[in-house]
Amino acid sequence: MNVPSAWYLILAAVLFGIGATGLLVRRNVLVMFMCIELMLNAVNLTFVTFARMLNDVGGQVDVFFVLVVAAAEVVVGLSIIVAMFRRRAAATADDIHGLKG
Amino acid sequence: MIQPLHLLGFLGQASPASSSGCTIAPGGFRVDGFCTDPGSLHIPVAYRSIIPVLVLTIGALVMLALSAVLPKRARPGLWPALTALVGAFSLAGAVWQWYDLGTAGAAQPTIGGQIFYDRFSVLFLILISIAVIFGALSADSYLRREGLDGIEAYILMLMSAIGAMLMAQSGSLIMLFLGLEIMSIALYVMAAYHRRRTQSGEAGLKYFILGSFSSALFLYGVALIYGATGSVEFGLIGNFLTGNVIANNGVLLGGMALVIVGLGFKVAAVPFHYWTPDVYQGSPTPFTGYMAAVAKAAGFAGLFRVLTQALGTQQANWRPIIWLMAVLTLGIGSVMAIAQKDLKRMMAYSSISQAGYVLVGLQAASATGTSGALFYLFTYIFVIVGTFAVIGLLQGRGEARSDLGVIRGLGRRQPLLAGVMLVFLLAQAGVPFTSGFLAKFYVIQAAVQRGQYWLAVIAMLAAAIAAFFYLRIALLMYSSDPAEPGPLPVDVPPADAGVLTLGLEPIASLDLETTLVIDPPSRGPVPVPLAVGAVLAVSAAFTIAAGVSSFAIDFAKQATTLF
Repeated sequence: MNVPSAWYLILAAVLFGIGATGLLVRRNVLVMFMCIELMLNAVNLTFVTFARMLNDVGGQVDVFFVLVVAAAEVVVGLSIIVAMFRRRAAATADDIHGLKG
Repeated sequence: MIQPLHLLGFLGQASPASSSGCTIAPGGFRVDGFCTDPGSLHIPVAYRSIIPVLVLTIGALVMLALSAVLPKRARPGLWPALTALVGAFSLAGAVWQWYDLGTAGAAQPTIGGQIFYDRFSVLFLILISIAVIFGALSADSYLRREGLDGIEAYILMLMSAIGAMLMAQSGSLIMLFLGLEIMSIALYVMAAYHRRRTQSGEAGLKYFILGSFSSALFLYGVALIYGATGSVEFGLIGNFLTGNVIANNGVLLGGMALVIVGLGFKVAAVPFHYWTPDVYQGSPTPFTGYMAAVAKAAGFAGLFRVLTQALGTQQANWRPIIWLMAVLTLGIGSVMAIAQKDLKRMMAYSSISQAGYVLVGLQAASATGTSGALFYLFTYIFVIVGTFAVIGLLQGRGEARSDLGVIRGLGRRQPLLAGVMLVFLLAQAGVPFTSGFLAKFYVIQAAVQRGQYWLAVIAMLAAAIAAFFYLRIALLMYSSDPAEPGPLPVDVPPADAGVLTLGLEPIASLDLETTLVIDPPSRGPVPVPLAVGAVLAVSAAFTIAAGVSSFAIDFAKQATTLF
């Protein structure tokens, strides 16, 4: 069976949309963090699909860079979350409201 | 297939010229001709194009190695001195590059097309090197006062500078993304660096969530542009778009919009500015100044590269977007700043409105506009780093207060410090005989040259509105002291301290020293450390010098190699 490339692009767009919506709607910081990862992986799927469509290896190579960056972001992001919520009851974004004006 | 001859050249033996005219001098420092034969996996590296990045990378690694050898609290002041020294070497390298390039106009893509070696990028390399020197010097006394002294802050500063430099030099969208992430990840940690202040952690977390969101949007834009044009390199994208009228234009336009949104977050352009006031207010004050200087400059460098080099043929599509962003940024930044009670927050909105003027220069899409924007960015780092250095001095231990009252009566207590601050405020307001006046003048002139009189009028109105709150701070400085200092806003620890969830147990050996020491500023003069004094003196002198003579605008004009 031959799945058209456009389907992969649509799937990636849907995943990206779910990630972006989740980031804006959800209040749990860890879930927001997962939504960012979902967005990045949707981009990876887009890159691979376009690389396949264009018959160009460059897009697949770009995915490796994105993976490395995502890993680095996980490390720093989780450290900040842990440092922030070490003394708090729950990791919800609504608790973080010290800065406003 | 790897071509061994090129590797020989790298190892120190001259390699003969191949059929494509490619020669590599011994040592691999000079690569001439077209060396990327089809099928060749070897990418020649022109080291001369990345000297400042190399200097900063090696400097950061050497400092990390030194910190492992030296005792933990060895020699206060050693790390900022070393960081400033590394920054000075990087600056020297960038100045050498400036003369090495000469007046050769067009950009030379090197290192597999990933890096652009031209005067446009060298201007940013010089700018970022200066920001590193200033940042290290002004952070030292602050970090010691707050009991945060250590090497980590300076390594993060160097790392973020490396990312910013790669962004300015980037020759492809993926390189731009890597630079953006290297810079941003270091800046997230810098924002959260004051571990005893809950506001600092909050700033770091907010910056991280929104920064990662914008990076993901940017990256999706990159993927769409790649899909539409078949390449991520600016030159190849530009060539493709001049040669082809593409059928699936929606993909390209969507990609372009997402890239603008992603970089718009980084430069804090309205409507993507929501993180800015919180992050600028919560971050350690000298880091705020550094962040405002470097992240904004690098973000604009990326915008210029993408929009003019890769998508130059799509001007009809992106100029209206940038026009709208410029108007919103100018208006909302200026108006919101007036309502602020906190000095750092007010400066955050001020920096948003300043970004609007650079956008005015960008949307002109002309040589005048670009040189005006470059002049703006270059002179702005002196002003913003200086402003936040003064605020950092006045705040007192634990950033006890940063409300407007803290600056009241400064003119009587410390006339010299108040005079320097006055120079920075007048420059941001755009008063003649400061760099800010010429900077605003050149970008508005570029808008007028393109026949955009409305934009010019809006920009001038925004400058008039913004002048109100700059002059308000200036008047406060020279008004008399209040009889009674107002109640201090105290950073209250969360009520549920001690409640542990998420499976996180306290680690005793880490010794987090979680109590924040708050010591409000005394009524008398605050001591000005030598390093901060030097930064302030140089910044103020440059701000006036660039406003009364033409050397800085000549520099910016020579760096305009994009048109």
